[in-house]
Amino acid sequence: MSETLTKVVVNCETGEQQVLPLTAEEIAQREADAAAFAAEQAAREAEAAAAAEAKANGIAKLLALGLTQEEADALIK
Amino acid sequence: MAITYVPISNVTVGSGGSSIIEFTSIPQTYTDLLLKLSLRSSLAGAHGGSAQMIFNNSTAQNYSFRYIRGSGNTSPSSAGTDGTSFIRVTNNHPTAGNTANTFCNSEIYIPNYTSSHSKTVSEDMVEENNTAECYLAVNSGIWTLTNAITSIKLTSEATSFVQYSTATLYGILKA
Repeated sequence: MSETLTKVVVNCETGEQQVLPLTAEEIAQREADAAAFAAEQAAREAEAAAAAEAKANGIAKLLALGLTQEEADALIK
Repeated sequence: MAITYVPISNVTVGSGGSSIIEFTSIPQTYTDLLLKLSLRSSLAGAHGGSAQMIFNNSTAQNYSFRYIRGSGNTSPSSAGTDGTSFIRVTNNHPTAGNTANTFCNSEIYIPNYTSSHSKTVSEDMVEENNTAECYLAVNSGIWTLTNAITSIKLTSEATSFVQYSTATLYGILKA
């Protein structure tokens, strides 16, 4: 059985709150938005992972050149 | 002392969750609006929540937003998007992988919401998570249409807002 997606709508003038099923248009929009957001998140995470890897590689190369960990960290900051 | 901070409406999401929280018929009698959010979404993984904020049900691409955020675990980052159909708020709010029963804590300020100028938004948000990685963010946004804001819609971008998520709208009057 598929889950019924709902929205909560509150009328600020009357205080009335309604829980309503999403329209077909809202469901389609929501699915498109979720896919776009997931892709964006994945890209951001990949970018952050690449940056962290580049930083670690840089530190390793500095250490190989004879710098101390403290000196390498100071340069990377 | 003048009353300057008035609760307009409050929503608590019920069992089964809800994908959208919407405030309609917002009174035009205040100076500014303040929206306080405590949200968690049902998507798998951690820190995966966010919400789209839309005014007056207008999904034309008249919004832009910027953010700076950090998690305490990696270097802070910043970014932004122009020409969108929403302002993204509560980015990285808790999802299923966060510590159980934790929610975000967000305040969104909307000054001069009845004016005939563009509407600006500022938000500060923290999420809760009992691990090393826990996001906090400052966001800004703009809606360039000049209509007074009469409704605010918040749509979860991470499946649905879970039960006990809350949204409270306040009206702020000049002192």
